Amino acid sequence: MADLALFGALARIGDDRLVLGHRTSEWCGHGPILEEDIALSNIALDLIGQANHVLTYAGATEGAGRDQDALAYFRDAADYRNALLCELPNGDFGVTIVRHFLYGVFSVLQWDALSKSTDETLAGIAAKSVKEARYHVRHAGEWVIRLGDGTAESHRRAQDAVDALWAYTGELFVQPADESALVAAGITADVSLLHATWQSQVASVLHRATLTVPASGWMQGGGRTGLHTEHLGHLLAEMQIVARSHPGAKW
Amino acid sequence: MTQSTDRPWPVWEVFTQGKDGEPHQHTGSVHATDAEHALQNARDAYARRNEGVSLWVVPSAAITASTPEDMGPFFDPANDKVYRHPLFYKVPKGVKVF
Amino acid sequence: MTPPPVVAEDSMRLAEFEARIARDESIEPKDWMPERYRKQLVRMMSQHAHSEVVGMLPEGNWITRAPSLRRKMILIAKVQDEGGHGLYIYCGTETLGVDRHDLVQDLLDGKAKYSSIFNYPTLSWADIGTIGWLVDGAAIVNQTMLAKASYGPYARAMVRICKEENFHKRQGYEIMATLSGGTGAQRAMAQDALNRWWWPSLMMFGPHDADSPNSDELMRWGIKRKSNDELRQRYVNLTIAQAKAIDLTVPDPDLRYDEASGDWITGPIDWDEFWRVVKGNGPCNKERLAARQKAHADGAWVREAAMAYADKKASRTTEAA
Repeated sequence: MADLALFGALARIGDDRLVLGHRTSEWCGHGPILEEDIALSNIALDLIGQANHVLTYAGATEGAGRDQDALAYFRDAADYRNALLCELPNGDFGVTIVRHFLYGVFSVLQWDALSKSTDETLAGIAAKSVKEARYHVRHAGEWVIRLGDGTAESHRRAQDAVDALWAYTGELFVQPADESALVAAGITADVSLLHATWQSQVASVLHRATLTVPASGWMQGGGRTGLHTEHLGHLLAEMQIVARSHPGAKW
Repeated sequence: MTQSTDRPWPVWEVFTQGKDGEPHQHTGSVHATDAEHALQNARDAYARRNEGVSLWVVPSAAITASTPEDMGPFFDPANDKVYRHPLFYKVPKGVKVF
Repeated sequence: MTPPPVVAEDSMRLAEFEARIARDESIEPKDWMPERYRKQLVRMMSQHAHSEVVGMLPEGNWITRAPSLRRKMILIAKVQDEGGHGLYIYCGTETLGVDRHDLVQDLLDGKAKYSSIFNYPTLSWADIGTIGWLVDGAAIVNQTMLAKASYGPYARAMVRICKEENFHKRQGYEIMATLSGGTGAQRAMAQDALNRWWWPSLMMFGPHDADSPNSDELMRWGIKRKSNDELRQRYVNLTIAQAKAIDLTVPDPDLRYDEASGDWITGPIDWDEFWRVVKGNGPCNKERLAARQKAHADGAWVREAAMAYADKKASRTTEAA
């Protein structure tokens, strides 16, 4: 039976990981050192793997015959529900790592909450994903400290990254109004309740990294309702070109 | 300009334990700047296919190895100490589990 | 370091070394070896490692456009494996007393070679299938031999790599089989890719035996166990049958089956093209090197930061003690 509210919630969860995983995969072959190239590829694989599970399930709940590839390759930007943070360009290694850290801490909290979902399929995906996300935070967190407390240049680049990305973190914790019934039924988690924990965990690592937590200010948003930055259109144009050039083809 | 400060990262030897209860075995090496870093790089490079349940990393510089010249004096003397090997001892027929 | 052991005369050691090779013994890092053997190994192993790393680029070119999530994950995993294989082989090379940092610098300075196959462009999704099928197929033929190389660390790295690369060829062949059985456009894409990659894949085994300057020495010392032409023939025999099975045609009007030997005999290889690409004038030589140089230069501040942080942490620990 079609459950459009659940479909919408799953799209938000899955699209985050798909778009961030895609961005991460752009590093493959271009990392600062071989070991890190391999590490970033692992993270990209985890994220796209999570998206694959969530979007498969989303397609099933929608009941319109769309599978994970139909959702990934044949939706336009306005139908994507990812947070803006995930679609921003990679920037330098500092921006890439700081984004992984900021998003990763959120992701662990969200998966952890979803692992207690009353929806068994979602709980199962979350239980597996939370382990992956914990490693992403460990990896990115150590790098944030290395960069923040490394050289003068790395400190400057890391602080610039934190400052530039900060305005995109608020959106992660705005609970969409159309999910209230799902939250009430214990199916999805209220992300607004995760914000305080996120702030303290992030502040603790930034402090160890000798970086400054930005003052609170205006937070960007719109991704959760399909209002994106200019970047997502380009990302999708590239991602979808082959699939859309051959509609109906098998790969 | 950056050339002078872009020093090579130290090498660490990686040991993987395949299954619980098995010994750790040498699998390869990675470059890393400290122990936690080496552990993460080892995990990402050598445990991509579920190859292990536990990892050790050791700075390569901390390993002392015997040399080929040691081979004679180190290992030949053990050749005639057959009494160190369990198959040297006779066990009465019919005793399967020892 | 341990003080140098008392050395016997080199000619005696050389005879002893060659006797060990003849007995198929494994040569280990601390064993005595002729300087020439060491040099040949460093050259060959670092070229191999560079090839893995540069080889990430042509396939990486299609990660962002892979047409399904499954294919995207497979391709990331495969390109990542190439990086891992580069890492294993660099580590093996470092046991010969060289530093990866310096080897990489030689690559970036254009002083070191890597496999010319990666100087060809990937122009369609079918190229990803073709690379897995042909390029990895050829590499497996070569690496299966190298897994028996006389130098222990190289042979051990190859054993691990061969195990992992099995899936590379299979996923490539699966892509080609799917395309060949797909729409007209997909089929045309597959045949076009095979047309472009077939001859370069034959060149991967290097010049004919008579024109291969390093081969004799490499074979005498058991680094290579089979000649370029023997390996190429094995690859051709395996691949022709695979092409037929998925209904694709190898672009060689002179190709014929020789009943007596059971071999497929190809037409002449264009060695002018081979040498042109080796000497730097392939379609993508400059792009590939530029991409590696950029990644290395962009990463300098990251590598420096990690060292600086480790230094600080170490000195803090010392102070605290």
